[in-house]
Amino acid sequence: MDKVGVTTLPEDDPALVAEFDARIARGESIEPKDWMPEKYRHQLIRMMSQHAHSEVVGMLPEGNWITRAPSLRRKMSLLAKVQDEAGHGLYIYCGTETLGIDRAELLEQYLYGTAKYSSIFNYPTLTWADMGVIGWLVDGAAIVNQTMLARASYGPYARAMVRICKEENFHKRQGYELCATLARGTPGQKAMLQNAVDRWWWPSLMMFGPHDKDSPNSGDLLKWRVKQKGNDELRQRFVNLTLPQAEAIGVTVPDPDLKFDEASGNWLIGPIDWSEFYQVIKGNGPCNRERLTARRKAHEEGRWVREAAAAHAAKHEPAAESAA
Amino acid sequence: MATDETKVGEWPLWEVFTQPPGGRPHEHAGSVHAPDAEIALQNARDAYTRRGEAVSVWVVPTARITASTPSDAGPFFDPGNDKAYRHPQFYKTPRGVKVF
Repeated sequence: MDKVGVTTLPEDDPALVAEFDARIARGESIEPKDWMPEKYRHQLIRMMSQHAHSEVVGMLPEGNWITRAPSLRRKMSLLAKVQDEAGHGLYIYCGTETLGIDRAELLEQYLYGTAKYSSIFNYPTLTWADMGVIGWLVDGAAIVNQTMLARASYGPYARAMVRICKEENFHKRQGYELCATLARGTPGQKAMLQNAVDRWWWPSLMMFGPHDKDSPNSGDLLKWRVKQKGNDELRQRFVNLTLPQAEAIGVTVPDPDLKFDEASGNWLIGPIDWSEFYQVIKGNGPCNRERLTARRKAHEEGRWVREAAAAHAAKHEPAAESAA
Repeated sequence: MATDETKVGEWPLWEVFTQPPGGRPHEHAGSVHAPDAEIALQNARDAYTRRGEAVSVWVVPTARITASTPSDAGPFFDPGNDKAYRHPQFYKTPRGVKVF
């Protein structure tokens, strides 16, 4: 017997690797204390922690508009959505910790180290229409990706995704409803909506990552059934789902090369400007510095609360300390 | 910087179990960090029951859970795996008995 959360790892032994590969091939779920190759563990820590950081930083672009929501109904929705993003971050951090890395280390990598998060959150939210378009396009893209990840080979990741997918549909629906409302509004509101779609369309498509041939991590992740589909297939699925929704509310996407391919039933998009994607990843997006500064400030200004709670616990419930 | 704090003061981890409405048993939902049981319960509520998913929540210090290990799973579960006669399919019913 041993304790949950404590993991000891043997060296990667070819026989164990073969058994692991066979379990993946049989579609089995890999659980925290099961033997796994070091590379699997590291890729998952990288991918899951980036995902968790993205959920948390994702609160900032939308938090920007909570105080300026045009009605109480919209304000309640936005508050609930931003709270969900915090919850989603927590689900995935909790899953990541089962791989033998603790929360403090993950936060350290995020706030003061080199950990990445989704580039989409480094774009500014300039108008109220952005709140609708983020729900519709950004959360819509996230759903396509997370629906696949709900079948990931690593049990804790898959279970966190199931929980997230249930909640994410609310995010997309409220966003699309907001867009549809603006689309029926004044000429100024329609123009504001179209402008937001023009700004968010390409960054949303970039959320699926580079083309498969240029994606350094895709091979391993597909082999281990962390992902079951490549970036391009997921992106295509999102495009096909979204364009009829755009048409229904009378907005267009900023792609002069867009055409429908009868043979495959796919909407074919024009070339993606990957130089922009890599600039934002490198830290040169419009809001990279602002986002990280805001997160550090929140973390540091919350320190006294964490310390006070720990001091209170030590005084009143010493048992909790020894349980750690 | 955050380093000093993380070394000394990370809140302990708690496992969270939620019971859905309708009489089903508590089920593992995930985990939370909290300095004590009361805050663990509140954090668990905020993280795992935002949409009426639960009528009851348990929190248990992760370090207090004792679990079976995957490496011993074979022999550990063996006593229950080789007794086909504990399943109804092991037994035959006479021909002609359609509903049993």
